[in-house]
Amino acid sequence: MPIQYYIYLCLTLFSIGIIGVLTRRNAIIVFMCVELMLNAVNLLLVAFSKMHHATAVVGDAATNAGIEGQLFVFFIMVVAAAEVSVGLAIIVMMYRNTHSVDINFLNRLKN
Amino acid sequence: MSKLVYLVPLFPLLGFLVNGLGRKSMSKSLIGIVGSGSILASFVVSLLIFFDVKASGGSVVTLFNFIKVDSFTIPFAFQVDQLSSLFLLIITGIGFLIHLYSSAYMHEEEPQHFGRYFAYLNLFIFSMLLLVLGANYVIMFIGWEGVGLCSYLLIGFWFKNDNYNYAAKKAFVMNRIGDLGFLLALFWLLLKLGTASYGDVFANVSQLSSFDITAITMLLFVGAIGKSAQIPLYTWLPDAMAGPTPVSALIHAATMVTAGIYMIARSNILYTMAPATQTLVAVIGLATAIFAATIALKQNDIKKVLAYSTVSQLGYMFLGLGVGAYTGAVFHVMTHAFFKALLFLAAGSVIHAMHHEQDIRKMGGLKKHLPITHITFLLGCLAIAGIPPFSGFFSKDEILTAAFAQNPLYYFIGVAGALMTAFYMFRLYTLTFLGQFRGTQEQEHHLQESPWQMTLPLIVLAILSVAGGWVGIPEVFAEHAHSLEHFLAPIFAESAKLAEQHHLTASQEYLMMGASTAAIVVVILLAINSYKKYQASDDTAATGLGKVLENKWYVDELYDAVVVNPLHSIAGFFKNIIEKSGIDGLVNGVGKLVGYGSRQLRLVQSGQVGNYILIMVLCMVVFFLIWFNDATIVRFISKLF
Amino acid sequence: MIEILFFFLSALAVFSAIMVLVSKNPVHSVLWLIAVFFAISGHYVLLNAQFLAIVNLIVYAGAIMVLFLFVIMLMNLNTETEPQKHIWMKLAGVISGGCFLMMLISLVRQAVEMGGRKAMMAEGDIGLIKNLGKMLFSEYVVPFEITSILFLSAMVGAVVIGKKH
Repeated sequence: MPIQYYIYLCLTLFSIGIIGVLTRRNAIIVFMCVELMLNAVNLLLVAFSKMHHATAVVGDAATNAGIEGQLFVFFIMVVAAAEVSVGLAIIVMMYRNTHSVDINFLNRLKN
Repeated sequence: MSKLVYLVPLFPLLGFLVNGLGRKSMSKSLIGIVGSGSILASFVVSLLIFFDVKASGGSVVTLFNFIKVDSFTIPFAFQVDQLSSLFLLIITGIGFLIHLYSSAYMHEEEPQHFGRYFAYLNLFIFSMLLLVLGANYVIMFIGWEGVGLCSYLLIGFWFKNDNYNYAAKKAFVMNRIGDLGFLLALFWLLLKLGTASYGDVFANVSQLSSFDITAITMLLFVGAIGKSAQIPLYTWLPDAMAGPTPVSALIHAATMVTAGIYMIARSNILYTMAPATQTLVAVIGLATAIFAATIALKQNDIKKVLAYSTVSQLGYMFLGLGVGAYTGAVFHVMTHAFFKALLFLAAGSVIHAMHHEQDIRKMGGLKKHLPITHITFLLGCLAIAGIPPFSGFFSKDEILTAAFAQNPLYYFIGVAGALMTAFYMFRLYTLTFLGQFRGTQEQEHHLQESPWQMTLPLIVLAILSVAGGWVGIPEVFAEHAHSLEHFLAPIFAESAKLAEQHHLTASQEYLMMGASTAAIVVVILLAINSYKKYQASDDTAATGLGKVLENKWYVDELYDAVVVNPLHSIAGFFKNIIEKSGIDGLVNGVGKLVGYGSRQLRLVQSGQVGNYILIMVLCMVVFFLIWFNDATIVRFISKLF
Repeated sequence: MIEILFFFLSALAVFSAIMVLVSKNPVHSVLWLIAVFFAISGHYVLLNAQFLAIVNLIVYAGAIMVLFLFVIMLMNLNTETEPQKHIWMKLAGVISGGCFLMMLISLVRQAVEMGGRKAMMAEGDIGLIKNLGKMLFSEYVVPFEITSILFLSAMVGAVVIGKKH
C-alpha cells in the first residue's frame, strides 16, 4: 500500500482531533480527542516502520529494521495510559470543585 | 631637594583629610595645630626648595603618568623653578599666617564647623600649590578647578545665610565662565601640539600659527579674567566678602586671584608672541584698575573697599603683564600679597573687635583701642598707596614705568588710578581709626586688642609690607639692586629676547617717581583732612556720579538685565513650554501608549484554553506557510478550489 | 482484498472520528472513539503488527476507554449538561483545523522522498510478539523498566490528586 495513503489517513485523523479540541468545551471530549491524535501518530509510526522494513528486507531477509517504530508505539501507549490516569484524576477533581467539566472554567486558574 | 617637592602639596592634603574626617572628634586647638602646622611644614619645605632653586636652578619632577593613551602622555609632574618656588613661598608663607590668624578669629565656631573650615582652608592651599607646581596645563587645570571649588565652599561657609550662598554661587558660576576659556585653550593646545607640558609647549611655540597663538592666549586670558576678577567677570570678588575675613585675605593675597597672573606669567612666551592679546590684557587690566578704584571711593563696607582695591591692584598686575613687565607683575603679586593680606587681617581684627560690624561709618577713633591693628593697618595703607620706601611703591612703579615705555597714556591713567587708591585707602583709614567713635556704647565698652594669634601675623605682614619691596629696587638707584629680576630672569629670558627693549633715561625715571609720590602725598593729606571730622549726620544722600559709584556703576544691575534675566526667561520658557508639553508630553505619551496597548493586549490572555489552542494552531499554519514558502502550496490550494 | 480492507477501515476510522466530535452525548462519543480504535487495530493487523493490534484493543479500547466511560457515568454527563461553544468559535476551529490539514497534505505531496515508497502489508515478522519481546528485553530493557517507574508515579499522582482533602 503506498505510504502516502497512510499519511493522508493519519493526517486526517490528527486534524479531526485538533478540530475536536478546538470546537468542544467538555474537558473529557477534549481529552479523548488528544487520545485520537495520539493514535493517529501511532498508526503513522507503524506504517513507517513497515515502510522501512520493506526496503531493508530486500537485502537481508532476517533483518529487524524498522522495529524501533513499533517499540515506540508501545512506549507511547504506556505513556498515554499513565497520562489518562492522571488526566482523568484532574478532571474528576475539577468536577468535584466546580461541578462542571467545562474547560472555560479553567480560566479561573489565571487568578 | 627638588625631589621632595611632592611634600609641599602633600602636607596640606593630609591636613585636609585629618581635619575633614576628624572634625567631629577633634578638639579645636588640635584642629588649629593640624591645620596651621601642615602649612608651616609646607612652608619649611618650600623655603628649602627656594634656596635650592636659587643655588642650582629649576627642574621638572615627574611623579607618575596622569593620563597615558598610546603615545599621548600627560605626566603628573611638578615644575620646580624660580617662578613656582617664589609662588610657593608666597602661598605657604602667607597661608600659614592666615591659618594662624584663623585659629583665633574663628574660635567662636562650633568644633565641627571649625574643623570644616580648616579642612577647606587646607584644601584651598593644596589646590593652589597644585596649580602653581603643575608642570603642564592639565595639572594646572586641576588646581585651577580646585581653588574654584574651595572658594565656593569657603565663601558659602556660613551656609545658613542665603545671601552668602548666592555669593558663593556667583563666584562659582563666574569662575566657570572663565574656566571654559581655559579648557578650550587647553584643548586647542593639545590639538595643535599634542602636549600640554610647559617645556614642550614653549619649545615648540614656533610651530603654531599666529592665529593659533592669538586664539590660545585669548582663551587663556578669558580663564585669567574669571579667576583674577577682571572686567567683565569681576563682580564675584566683592561679593566673595560673604566668607569669613581670613578667607578673604587668603583669596585676595595668597591663593585664588593670583592664579590668573601666575598662569600668564608662566605662559609669557605665548603672550609675547601674541601682541594683539597683550594689548587686550593691558587695556582690560588698566580699565579694571581705574574702574574698580572709582567704585572703591564710595564704598562704606570695610571689606568691600578692600575687595575693590584688590580688583584694582589685579588690574595693575595685568597691565604689567600686558606691557611685557612680567617681573613687575610677579613682583606686584608678591608685595600685594603682603599688604593685602595685612589689610584684610587688620580689617578682620577691627571687625572682630567691633563684634561683626563692617560699616566704616559706624567706626572711627579706633586708634587708641587697637594700637597694633592701627599701626599695621597704617603701614599697609602706606604700602598700597605707593609711598617710598614701602613695598607697594617699588612694584607699582616698576609696572607704571614699563607702561610708560609702552604707551604714555597707560601711564597717566595708571597714575590716576594710583591716586584714587591712595585716596580711598586713606578715607578708609581715617574713617576707621581717626576721629570720634561713632558706634554704640556697648561696642565701645568691649573694644579691645585681638589675641596674639591675630596680632602676630599682622606684625609679620607689616614688616614684610614695609621691607618686601626691597628685593626689587629699581636699577636707577643702584646697579644689580633688582635681585628679584635676576632671580626670575631664566623664566622670562625667551620673552625678553623677543620683546623690544624700552629704556628710559634715569632723569625721566626720577621725575616720574618724584611727581607721582608728591601727588600721592597730597591726595593722602586731602583724604585725611576731608574725613577727619566725619559725622554720621554729614551723610547726605549722594547724587549724580556719587550715587552711581555707590551703586558700583550699576554693573550688577546691568548684568541682571542683559544676561541673568534673559537667561531666566529662556529657562522659564524651556521649563514651562518645552519641558512640560514637549519632553514630558512625549515621555508621558509613550507611557500612555504602552499602557493602552498593554491593556488591549491583555484581553488576548483571556484564560480560555480554547482560544489559546486556536491561536496555537493558527500560528502553526502561518509558520508552515512561511517555512515552506513554495509555490507548491499555492498551486495545491488553487487546484483544490 | 487488502486494498478493500484498507479503504473500508480508513473510511470507518474517519467517519467514527467525525462522529466523536459530532455526537452531543459524551457516552456516544466514547463509543465512537472505541470504533476508531477498532479500525486502527484493524490497520495494525493489515500491517502485520499483531502485538500492537492486540495491545491497542486491550489498553485503549479496553482499559482507557472504559475509564472514560466510568468517569462520564460517574459525573452523569449527558446531552443536556453538555457545554456548547458559540457557533462562530466552532466555525473558526473547523476552518483552522482544515487549513492545518491542507497545509500538511500539500507538504506531503511535494515530498519527493515519499514517492513510490510502500508499506509492507500482511507480511514481515517485526510486528510479532517474539521479535518485539526480544528487542524490548535486550536493547530497550532500561526504558522498559523506566516505564514501570512512570506508571508507579502516575498511580501515586492519580491517588494524591483524587484524594479528598
